[in-house]
Amino acid sequence: MNLLVCISKTPDTTSKIAFDASGKKLLEDGVQFILNPYDEWYALVRAIELKEQFGGQVDVIHVGEASSEMIIRKALAIGADAAYRVDMTPAGSWDTASQIAAFAKTRNYDLIFLGKETIDYNGSEVGSMLAGILDLPYIAYASKLTINGQIATLESEIEGGIAVSEVNLPMVLSCAKGMAEQRIPNMMGIMNAKKKPLEVVSPTDVHQHIRLERFELPPAKSSVTMIAPDDIDKLVDIFHSDLKII
Amino acid sequence: MILVLTEIFHQQIKRTSLESLTLAAQLAKATGSKVKALCIGDGTPSVDLGDYGADEVVVINDSALLENDQLCDLICRTATRDNASYVILSLNSTGKSTAGLVAAKLNKGLISGVTGMNTDSGNPLFKKNVFSGKASAWYSVDQHGAVVATLPNGISPVSGQGKQTSLSTSNSECVTSKIKRLERRLQAGKTPLAEASVVVSAGRGMKDPSNWGMIEELSDILGATTACSRPVADAGWRPHHEHVGQTGLAIRPNVYVAIGISGAIQHLAGVNNSRKIIVINKDPEAPFFKAADYGVCGDLFEIVPKLNEALKNFKSKS
Ligand SMILES: Cc1cc2nc3c(=O)[nH]c(=O)nc-3n(C[C@H](O)[C@H](O)[C@H](O)COP(=O)(O)OP(=O)(O)OC[C@H]3O[C@@H](n4cnc5c(N)ncnc54)[C@H](O)[C@@H]3O)c2cc1C
Repeated sequence: MNLLVCISKTPDTTSKIAFDASGKKLLEDGVQFILNPYDEWYALVRAIELKEQFGGQVDVIHVGEASSEMIIRKALAIGADAAYRVDMTPAGSWDTASQIAAFAKTRNYDLIFLGKETIDYNGSEVGSMLAGILDLPYIAYASKLTINGQIATLESEIEGGIAVSEVNLPMVLSCAKGMAEQRIPNMMGIMNAKKKPLEVVSPTDVHQHIRLERFELPPAKSSVTMIAPDDIDKLVDIFHSDLKII
Repeated sequence: MILVLTEIFHQQIKRTSLESLTLAAQLAKATGSKVKALCIGDGTPSVDLGDYGADEVVVINDSALLENDQLCDLICRTATRDNASYVILSLNSTGKSTAGLVAAKLNKGLISGVTGMNTDSGNPLFKKNVFSGKASAWYSVDQHGAVVATLPNGISPVSGQGKQTSLSTSNSECVTSKIKRLERRLQAGKTPLAEASVVVSAGRGMKDPSNWGMIEELSDILGATTACSRPVADAGWRPHHEHVGQTGLAIRPNVYVAIGISGAIQHLAGVNNSRKIIVINKDPEAPFFKAADYGVCGDLFEIVPKLNEALKNFKSKS
């Protein structure tokens, strides 16, 4: 099986978020960047499992600068075979999706995996754009995937339940909880990762439709109003008068 | 023209669709444009969509079970025919699986997770949540308009627009899907967590799964949906679909009641945009109090049963 996993770099959830004076740029001082957790835990691991089951190759692709190599090496250490980095700073999801599409068009991938969203822009955009550009079937928020010949059977999260679907390969899917269990890279994996190929790919020209104007931090949260544990009536009154839910 | 996708489920218009329609109506007002609501689902609109700002409503027959490629085809055909500048839908499961397909096919920009808009400068700017709720970002779009996916519970529906709407029906005339739906398993009864306006959530402070009766009771009294922290779902105390936070579901209810949950950053990442947060925890140092609007510091095993009784009393009197 020929598998491609799209990986992205994001600030760790515990990072403090701040912006420069223009409001356009994240201050990266003290921010720890990681491999986007959903790409790592769910998408990458499931692709590696399928390779272990059926044989084949797991490629990872990342659109970003050279400073992202550390997360790419991590993906190789977890078990991907080869990595590609499209050398550009994506201005948004459309950039990322277009670059990956241009790359994937020339290779016959059976499955293209992504995480359900990135934990920085939280848009769930790249997967469906990529499927749209490549004209491939797309399942979002897949929590289970089994392969039988050329047919993929998937469970995916929908409001209040799950959908079970069947899709003929090739396809694109975004992965959510349930898809696989996180794998911690071992020493051998880390050593091998250094020897695995990491190819730098030149970007293609892409037209941007939207533009980031500025970031904004939410207004400081007003401090908490504490209610004494024996003043239950006060609590009831809050549910009634302030929250208006009873 | 601004095209809005409105979804009908169990003969009810989805609240998330009214949110999208509200944004569309504001945009139409600012740009002197008209709003067309494309209704898909299992019925006709349960409310007057003109009241939420639609000028035209088209109900699509046989559209209860469209797959994302069919829906994309339907939206794109309609948008092209009407020369729509904007396509607005919700970033619910329909939007997550369809918005990018539509943007790619219409060759438009996509902004998803939108919680607001500013039209003061003439050109609309859209605001979306970023960094798991820790900040927001403002985007402008080019002259072609965009596909905009609104964040569930991110915009309050505004009625009273008083538009006279024209209502028509049409057949979906859809392409065959590449996706074969085998089954759809839905939990019966309560509002799905992602759409719930009140959520009662509990964590490891509950000590044992057998103690959840009081949480379910509180939830029933408040007409809420139940949720839980990750360790509780991992331990099998509660079903996985209740797990909220970074690895679980991200939600944005109007009211989030957190009971016996410490408020770790990974938990907050999924709930910190709730409009109001109420925390019950016995540890005065629990980080959740910093994110809360109201806090009660004490033993949940005493507070919750008393609260349930008091709420029931209140309800029976009013
Ligand atoms: C990468 C990563 C991702 C994660 N993703 C998630 C996620 O999506 N969602 C999530 O929830 N967690 C997630 N976590 C775990 C998170 O860090 C916390 O460990 C978890 O949220 C703690 O759950 P809890 O608050 O229920 O339990 P605890 O941290 O054990 O807190 C229990 C709380 O209950 C209180 N308590 C105990 N007894 C009583 C009583 N009698 N009365 C009142 N209060 C009482 C205690 O004071 C305490 O604050 C993630 C962690 C990592 C590393």
